[in-house]
Amino acid sequence: MKLTVAGNLKEFADGLTVAKLIELEQVETPEYITVSVNDEFIASDSFESHVLADGDAVEFLYFMGGGR
Amino acid sequence: MKLQIKQCDIDTIIAHAQAELPNEACGLVAGRVDAGGKARGGNVSVKGGYAEAKGRGAEADTDGFFVVEKVYLLSNIDQSHEHFSIDPKEQLAAIKDMRSLGLAPLGNFHSHPETPARPSEEDIRLAHDRNAVYLIVSLAAEQPVLKAFRVIDGVASAVAVEVLG
Repeated sequence: MKLTVAGNLKEFADGLTVAKLIELEQVETPEYITVSVNDEFIASDSFESHVLADGDAVEFLYFMGGGR
Repeated sequence: MKLQIKQCDIDTIIAHAQAELPNEACGLVAGRVDAGGKARGGNVSVKGGYAEAKGRGAEADTDGFFVVEKVYLLSNIDQSHEHFSIDPKEQLAAIKDMRSLGLAPLGNFHSHPETPARPSEEDIRLAHDRNAVYLIVSLAAEQPVLKAFRVIDGVASAVAVEVLG
């Protein structure tokens, strides 16, 4: 299946989960990322169970915050 | 690394910070990384909200420049004078806009309404990208102060700011 990952069209095996995609893409510090699929944010406790579909657009965003 | 930023973009950041008082303001900066005259940007792959980390890391350690070409004024969903968290929906929209313009995400900025322009312990702890540049504008004194930093392995270091006309 084809996924658009961070704006790049790529080919992956069917049945890929968000968690597996994070691993394959070697996302740095994955504990601090937010994932969106087709502009919908995915809860981190669903990364293991959320199966991606052909044509999905996936984005990885780092949490950005701080304090005084 | 140094940071090049236009005075009008600094003015925009400061105006946003003042408008959001008493809360902290925040946003993103985008542009290109100019490493020793070899400008990067364009179709830079974006992962995690910043330009491809693996590719940029080595270059970020050179004598090159972060060149700011666009500033994104985003919402602090904490609505706090002591903390900020960038709205992820706005962050996503900004990243897509950068991509459409061929700009690389360079880093973020936030304001310190009551404290100096230096990274707090929390700022350092939450600075997850060693390749990003972090701008802080302080409104503690009569004249706003903007400074830039990088955070690598939990250690913050100042980035020289070159202001363009």
